[in-house]
Amino acid sequence: MIFFKRTLPLVIAFVMGIVAISIYYIPHQAAVDLNDLLSKWDRIIAAFAAFLGVYSLLYLHAGRLKRRQAGWGYSVFVYLGFVVMLTAAIYNNGAGPLVALRKGGAYDWLYTNVFVAADASMFAILSFFIASAAYRTFRARTTEATILLVAAVIVMLGRVPIGALLWESMPELQQWLMNVPNMAAKRGILLGVYLGAVATALRIIFGIERSYLGGDE
Amino acid sequence: MQRLTQFACIAALFWTGTALASDAVETATGSKTPLPDSVRALPPPLPTQIRAADVPSDNGKAVVVTWLPDASTPSLVRYQVGVATNPSGPYYFGGEAPAAGPIVKDDPKIFGWSPVNPDHQFLVVSSYMVPPATPDGNPERVELRPDQTYYLRFAVVGDSASAELAAPMSVTPRQNWIKLHKLNNLIFGLFFGVVILSFIEFARRNPNMFIRKIAGLDAVEEALGRATEMGKPVYFVHGLNSMGEVSAIASVNILGRVARRVAQFDTTLKVMNNDPIVLAVSQEVVREACIDVGRPDAYVPDNVMFVADRQFSYAAAVDGMMMRERPATVMLMGYFYAEALLFAETGNVVGAIQIAATDSYTQIPFFITTCDYTLIGEELYAASAYLAREPKLLGSLRGQDVGKAVLIAILTIGTALELAGIHWLTHLVAPL
Repeated sequence: MIFFKRTLPLVIAFVMGIVAISIYYIPHQAAVDLNDLLSKWDRIIAAFAAFLGVYSLLYLHAGRLKRRQAGWGYSVFVYLGFVVMLTAAIYNNGAGPLVALRKGGAYDWLYTNVFVAADASMFAILSFFIASAAYRTFRARTTEATILLVAAVIVMLGRVPIGALLWESMPELQQWLMNVPNMAAKRGILLGVYLGAVATALRIIFGIERSYLGGDE
Repeated sequence: MQRLTQFACIAALFWTGTALASDAVETATGSKTPLPDSVRALPPPLPTQIRAADVPSDNGKAVVVTWLPDASTPSLVRYQVGVATNPSGPYYFGGEAPAAGPIVKDDPKIFGWSPVNPDHQFLVVSSYMVPPATPDGNPERVELRPDQTYYLRFAVVGDSASAELAAPMSVTPRQNWIKLHKLNNLIFGLFFGVVILSFIEFARRNPNMFIRKIAGLDAVEEALGRATEMGKPVYFVHGLNSMGEVSAIASVNILGRVARRVAQFDTTLKVMNNDPIVLAVSQEVVREACIDVGRPDAYVPDNVMFVADRQFSYAAAVDGMMMRERPATVMLMGYFYAEALLFAETGNVVGAIQIAATDSYTQIPFFITTCDYTLIGEELYAASAYLAREPKLLGSLRGQDVGKAVLIAILTIGTALELAGIHWLTHLVAPL
């Protein structure tokens, strides 16, 4: 049992880790073909996992409905949305489920007029969240917050015509802020990220980090 | 239609293997009359040192042609290459380059940083177009095959006349076993790997190794304790990445550590997922963590949930749950996009203590603004090892820090050398 729960996953992680790294440096067609094969396996596993996701979602909301938990009304909408969209996809504008999704059918209509609209509304709310977060940050209570406030004002003004109208060098100054200090910080973070990713990958490949298997500190 | 006509002309040109410019006109009776010299256009000069070679470090599906353009070549000419599998043809259109096309020193990936002929022009040919068999058919693109000898004809095409290399060149594309242009990457990767593994080994022998403090991770215990005292849940919100990305694996590793502490404290942990594979792994990790600390009853499968796989549906659902359940602690871990601020602001509104960890540099400012603690960049990857306090894992953190010190040294020296006009270090570390 320990073999299947611990040893085998560690062996798979080690072998696949080494293979994946090697493929990156080998241009030979054999390596390209192996990479394609692994990508296909990845997609197949993802397709099976999609069923797990659907099961988890429906099971969770069924429990909420059964217990009449706070906000159970939203669970009704989850089921309603699932059944309506699934029916529209299976009906597929009269063509059935085994052919490509038809344009202009009920599924297409629901996606464009309900889903995309709701998605866009959610995205639009972001502007209000940015405003409230910016208000808290830019209150200039500390030196760092003051620097942030000044930099943000320059960048915002430099990107709209009124900035150049107020001071002709404003666009150049905002560009400099973006290209020099901002870029330097970004690259510093990215260098750390890549090193961290290398270290994490090594810990997993060599079986030093095992918490992704659950347990076994 | 225009493109098809153009293609047909070029294809016919190579197919027949004849000179590009016609120097005779056909009369109504079918006899040919030579054009007078005053009418005949002068062909553009043919470049010199025309060579064909295999493209290095590839899968044997491309060849490269290089040439030294003549100084008097008009700027509107095009250099064309015809491809055949037999020296006698038929030759098909393989590609063309403008007179002001790329030169050898522009492409170190193929020619290296110090090529022998830096000012030569070049054209990479990886396929050729076979004209349609019927007038209403489409031309077919045929890729070059490894180990097959190809014959190339080189021509300079002007507005009204052209010139062609008399003899075809032969070249055989070969498959290679290593990308030489990525050798620097491999060496640096091996170097950092050896450094990290050395420190892991060193940490085994010296468990009391000093590791710099990370405030955000020291606060995890406090945040979980707060949730226990308040009797409210801890929310662990995954980013939008799948299990194929290292940041998702790092998040799952942190989840394992957090789940252990939460199970010991007998607090509710709710894990939000937007990827079914991350969901499956998270369920297993939380279950095993609960079993590990002797609290298998603490694992509630419903609490590790798949919320939605679309970005804003995920954000709306998680925000809704936060508003209804008002968690005491929110942990945002992984790679986030525009939904980052939606989560963090909502967490702020409900008064939760928030710890965020992301390697998405565009979202770091939003987390710093709204969260109590933010783990920046590599701290996300360090978190699991830091929380585990296991010497082997802590050794890798020291290795990471040493690696960063080496990078800082290279950056400093490289900047100084560049300012002095010396480029070798820049070339050594440049990604190709």
